[in-house]
Amino acid sequence: MRKVYVVGIGQTPVQEHWDRSARDLAADSTLQALEQAAIDKADALYVGNALSGELTGQEQVAALVADFAGLTGTEAVRVEAAGASGGAAVRLGYLAVASGVHDTVIVTGVEKMSDLPGPVVEEALVTSTDEEYEAIHGLSLVALHALLMRRYMHDFDLERSDFAHFSVNAHRNGVHNPCAMYRRPISVEAFERAKLVADPISLLDSAPAADGAATVILCSEDVAGDKARSSVEIIGSALATDAVALHDRPNPLFLRAAHQSAQKAYAQAGVGPEQIGIFELHDAFAILAALSLEACGFAGEGQGVRLAMEGEITLEGRIPISTMGGLKARGYPLGASGVYQIVELVQQLRSEAGANQVEARLGMAQSIGGTGGTAVTHILKSPH
Amino acid sequence: MMKPLRDVGIVGYGAYLPRYRISAEEISRVWKMGEDNLHLEEKAVPGLDEDTTTIAIEAARNALRKANLDGSKLSAIWLGSESKPYSVKPTATIVAEAVGATPHTTAADWEFACKAGTEAMQAAIGLVGSGMADYAMAIGADTAQGRPGDQLEYTAAAGGAAFIVGPQEESMAYLEGSHSYVTDTPDFFRRPNQQYPTHGNRFTGEPAYFTHTMMAARQLMDELGYGPEDYDKVVFHQPNSKFPVRVAERLGFEEEQYRDGLLVPYVGNTYAASSGIGLAAILDKADPGERILLASYGSGAGSDAFSFVTTEQITRGRNPIPLVSDYVRRRRQIDYARYARQRGKLVMY
Repeated sequence: MRKVYVVGIGQTPVQEHWDRSARDLAADSTLQALEQAAIDKADALYVGNALSGELTGQEQVAALVADFAGLTGTEAVRVEAAGASGGAAVRLGYLAVASGVHDTVIVTGVEKMSDLPGPVVEEALVTSTDEEYEAIHGLSLVALHALLMRRYMHDFDLERSDFAHFSVNAHRNGVHNPCAMYRRPISVEAFERAKLVADPISLLDSAPAADGAATVILCSEDVAGDKARSSVEIIGSALATDAVALHDRPNPLFLRAAHQSAQKAYAQAGVGPEQIGIFELHDAFAILAALSLEACGFAGEGQGVRLAMEGEITLEGRIPISTMGGLKARGYPLGASGVYQIVELVQQLRSEAGANQVEARLGMAQSIGGTGGTAVTHILKSPH
Repeated sequence: MMKPLRDVGIVGYGAYLPRYRISAEEISRVWKMGEDNLHLEEKAVPGLDEDTTTIAIEAARNALRKANLDGSKLSAIWLGSESKPYSVKPTATIVAEAVGATPHTTAADWEFACKAGTEAMQAAIGLVGSGMADYAMAIGADTAQGRPGDQLEYTAAAGGAAFIVGPQEESMAYLEGSHSYVTDTPDFFRRPNQQYPTHGNRFTGEPAYFTHTMMAARQLMDELGYGPEDYDKVVFHQPNSKFPVRVAERLGFEEEQYRDGLLVPYVGNTYAASSGIGLAAILDKADPGERILLASYGSGAGSDAFSFVTTEQITRGRNPIPLVSDYVRRRRQIDYARYARQRGKLVMY
């Protein structure tokens, strides 16, 4: 297997882009990355996108993005794994280069969620659950996570307000990310007072649906040439799945796919959680952030929330998460989020994170689909 | 900015609100187990034999009494509404006949969602300002419908406001200038066969309400050379209690400037009458020499902005013609069952 380097990144701000379409956003981030990498073509394009058909009436998205980004004719295919689509697209891009089949690939994640009203988007999100056994009973995605949170609170004796620190940390970091959707801090009190969406999950506990596109350019050591020494390298890449339906998992509070993909990535990179300096996890909801920390070995069972309460997840803590705002404050354009995570890790590892800079040699990104049916983990190494 | 060759102003105005009120708490009790976040107290509900026509007539009569004008002097009765009783047949002609303006007059219905009334006002300014007529009446009136259980049901209300445009010398408030800002932005619409409108959710905010209101207001103020500090009062379209406050703050206005015209918490969103009733409430309390800014908003989308200055005549006719506050205070609370019946939501066939 060959080494894989990230030689270009691009991203659009995350927000409700009322007057920009998905193809417009995707072309923008792709062209930014191509310019940074100083190339104008690639061997393949992988597009991470979850709900293009449902939300914009557009399928065959990869060919469309290739065409509109000036890459007409390029091998291109869309990768879908619900919220993990972006991460899964990075995985396939990595495989293409590592296996030797391609030398340079573009991975673009894009999602356009603001063309339809909120309730319709909620319904579309439900397609990431088990349709015949979960969705059909009226269980929304947020309701499923609410069940998880309620069980967790019961098992580990926690209050709803104990979960505030994930959102507070995310918003604090979003302030200094010019691409973040929310750039104002929030307090624990505001979290406690926030309107409930699906008890016990509140408005300030859910990552916002939004529009955005992010791109990374991956290439082999040969192609990177002299730039390899100054480029971020992907040293671990793994994807695992689990039963899609929550009720089919022996312990719903243990994210098996997150655990498995992390274990494989650690093994490939030859490291353990102690060596990871930054963790861009999938904080669609605080409960998912807590369970991710536990599944990946950063906290013991039931200790994920306590880790946050002790301040260990902040930029100054033992394991900084959501360093550029995370899904919660930077925003959650579904299929694009996994690529935003990689873009942000690359910024950190290149020391380009500005006020949010964390000194770290290794960073980990993990993207999750649905309530944990798919999880894809990447470990990145800084240039020095 | 637009300003007619002939100086004009408001020579008389009047408002009307039906007496029935349903509280937001009551609507929430029926639909949300009482657990909804409520941003207003109650809204005005028309009685069984009230509609846009009757409401417009009441407002028009109040305006004529205030102006001390005979209806036959009006050269135009222009009614803006999105809840006209007929799809084809002007409601304005019924109003014109009721106030004695017919037959030597023009009459027509105007449509532009919640800014239909101020569109009519722009036109009335043109008619009088050009010298074609001495008096023209612009009315905004609605009996808005909210889909049962929908968020809009809390605010869709009923009311009317009428303004008679005439020569500046006879005005209670003269016009300094006006400006309209309009684009094709489909944030809220209803096809002919639909009972209830389609609401664009978050799209009705920033790209619709805020953009158009602010562009119209800013353009007018810039061309007049004014800042928010030059105005004594300001009033905006009031679809809910958050938007008008937020747009006022973003334009640089303070609470004491928008307080008098902010009625939505007590009467709901009266649609085409919304900014007009707010203006009427401000005029009811204003002293001579006060500068007032009005910026309406209508989905589809656009905003009409006007800059008025009150004259010595502003205090004329405050008694015994009912003030807006009299109509606000004249209330009878009803429950959801009465409301559903009165709004025609209970259909027996």
